[in-house]
Amino acid sequence: MDKTNVTQVVADILEEHKGSKLSVIAVLQDVQEALRYLPREAFEVISKETGISMAKLYGVATFYENFSLTPKGKYIIKCCDGTACHVRKSVPIIEAIRNELGLSEDKDTTDDLLFTVETVSCIGACGLAPVITVNDKVHPSMTPEKAVELISELKEAAEKEEEVKAQL
Amino acid sequence: MEKQGFIEINGEMTPFTDEKNVLEVLRNAGVNIPTLCYYSDLSVFGACRMCIVEDERGNIMTSCSTPPKDGMKIFTNTTKLFKYRRLILKMLLSSHCRECTTCPKSGDCMLQELAKRFAISEISFDRSGKAFKDELPIDASSKAIIRNPNKCIHCGDCVRMCSEVQNVGAIDFAFRGSNVQVTTAYGDPIATTNCVNCGQCAAICPTGAIDIKSDIDAVWDVINDKDKRVMVQVAPAVRVALGERFGIKDNERFNPILVAALRKLGFDEIYDTSFGADLTVIEESNEFIDRLENGGKLPLFSSCCPGWIKYAEDNHPELLENISTCRSPMEMFSSVVKEEAAISDELPDKRTPVVVAIMPCTAKKYEADREEFKINGESRTDYVLTTQELVTMIKQAGIVLASLDPEAPDINYGMYSGAGVIFGVSGGVTEAVIRRLVDKKDAASFTNISFSGVRGLESVKEVEIPYKGRTLKIAMVSGLGNTEKIIKKIESGEAHYDFVEVMACPSGCIGGGGQPRSTRRTLARRSKELYANDKISRIRHSDANPFVGRAYREIIKDDNHRLLHVHYAKED
Repeated sequence: MDKTNVTQVVADILEEHKGSKLSVIAVLQDVQEALRYLPREAFEVISKETGISMAKLYGVATFYENFSLTPKGKYIIKCCDGTACHVRKSVPIIEAIRNELGLSEDKDTTDDLLFTVETVSCIGACGLAPVITVNDKVHPSMTPEKAVELISELKEAAEKEEEVKAQL
Repeated sequence: MEKQGFIEINGEMTPFTDEKNVLEVLRNAGVNIPTLCYYSDLSVFGACRMCIVEDERGNIMTSCSTPPKDGMKIFTNTTKLFKYRRLILKMLLSSHCRECTTCPKSGDCMLQELAKRFAISEISFDRSGKAFKDELPIDASSKAIIRNPNKCIHCGDCVRMCSEVQNVGAIDFAFRGSNVQVTTAYGDPIATTNCVNCGQCAAICPTGAIDIKSDIDAVWDVINDKDKRVMVQVAPAVRVALGERFGIKDNERFNPILVAALRKLGFDEIYDTSFGADLTVIEESNEFIDRLENGGKLPLFSSCCPGWIKYAEDNHPELLENISTCRSPMEMFSSVVKEEAAISDELPDKRTPVVVAIMPCTAKKYEADREEFKINGESRTDYVLTTQELVTMIKQAGIVLASLDPEAPDINYGMYSGAGVIFGVSGGVTEAVIRRLVDKKDAASFTNISFSGVRGLESVKEVEIPYKGRTLKIAMVSGLGNTEKIIKKIESGEAHYDFVEVMACPSGCIGGGGQPRSTRRTLARRSKELYANDKISRIRHSDANPFVGRAYREIIKDDNHRLLHVHYAKED
């Protein structure tokens, strides 16, 4: 995403929030939703418009797990590792997914920005354990094999989408 | 203030009035409650938990965040409190780099002092390794300060100072839980941020996590170099604070002792920055009159303070044309003495001239290195030492101040007016300029000016001065947060001024980031002594300084623009 585009998106969001100091978290949430992460340029615009220092914004963004300072993938896979999923063997599933995508705990997004893999502590679907979600769609009773299969399906779907786009 | 009630401290009735919290009541009653994160000028944070007290039911509370109530019973020295304070200290120390002997803050560290006070002899939760290793990178990018996050105890003093008092916010807390750090956005080198180099963070840091960047070794090198002619200029705020570190009470007469100490250190020529201040008064008042009479941009903002200049560049580029083009007194001084060395044929001095400035200020280190002040690619001020660094040098050299006889500084640049001396305190520049503007230059007239509202430690002061049939409105402000408020008022049209004097540090240079730790009491004393210093000066206004006249005749001539003024590059 180029800089002017980010500036415009953030400026629009700020306009909606009227630059109120109290709503900085809401602003960051909206920016993240629009851009899938919080780019540095977004902080620069917010800081300039609201007078909140860059360091303060960075502090807020790094405090909350939900904010991401790095671009996230097209598909965000959340692997539940809550108690119920954990005892029903969620760890091998997480490992299988990471292996398949060449990711680790420190590197959570693929270089082609297609996948982001995160672990979460309980999504409240313990009856379906072990469970993962892809862009908030729930996939119940996972196994490592099913997870790998799901990833190939997603890859194919993404490729098809690209083809359609190219044809247009 | 009327009495509000009594609280019982360790069984003794103690009256309180308008104290905001129990901690202030205790301190006023002479109980030195330990704290690491409490400063009366900052918001209450309650992070360090050292100020805990116990009530009669055994409840523990932080005295900093508890308002006093009539009838309260407080204990400050119970076994339980000692146990808790020790525990807290041990936890702080468990993740703190404990290499005290090689820490620049050693001997001046509040954590070290409290560890000693509460007899901490072992750390039971030692995460060995971490305590003796610098895990996080040290940020030495700034000319003014050095940040070592491994020594940070997360008290938040620097964060609150930077945002609440200075409205800068270059550093803040980031990350969460055991990963918490005080850092710049993205961990950027601090020199690349909106930091203004004021050094107030270093001045308030209880440990060695933020410290003044030292130039001591480089200065020793030039002092010991026979091919260098080392001239030193001392700022007025330095001499009223330095004595504090040597237990010298009579600071008023301290300057001649300081001069003697500087000679003992090996400086070749001892001068005074107040001479530069005299030049500044003349140049700045000329500029002011010119703008008044020829419809130039007003209000005119003072330009002596490098912290303020950086703040304006970062936040108010629209005001850069309102800022005086005058170089700061330090830079005017260096400019003139270096120029004399360059043009003089009378002094067949083969040595290279070197100017060392002793300043109450960390931002001067940054200023000295700025491109705008260089002439033919060379800095005019070669090194800047803070008051604190000079203390260290005097101690390193083993100079016993009490054994020195008073000495006088050298001519031609050791003579100065009282107007140049009071530059060290907020309101001083204004008072000096007013002395130049008034027609009657006698003692009575100067005394009247001193009562016009220019004096006092208030952070914002205003005066109105009649000048050639009109009334000049002048504001004097210290602290960048207060400055921001004034700028907002000016921009909204709520206030109108002809001249605004800005000092980035609270109370002006006497409260600078390079000074020994400042409290309201020390600031009041330093200010009083500067004014006393002015009063005993034979020369009270800048154009009466004969050496200023000499400098204009023999060195500056018509070249004031090149030597005494500066244009800050405007950002696009």
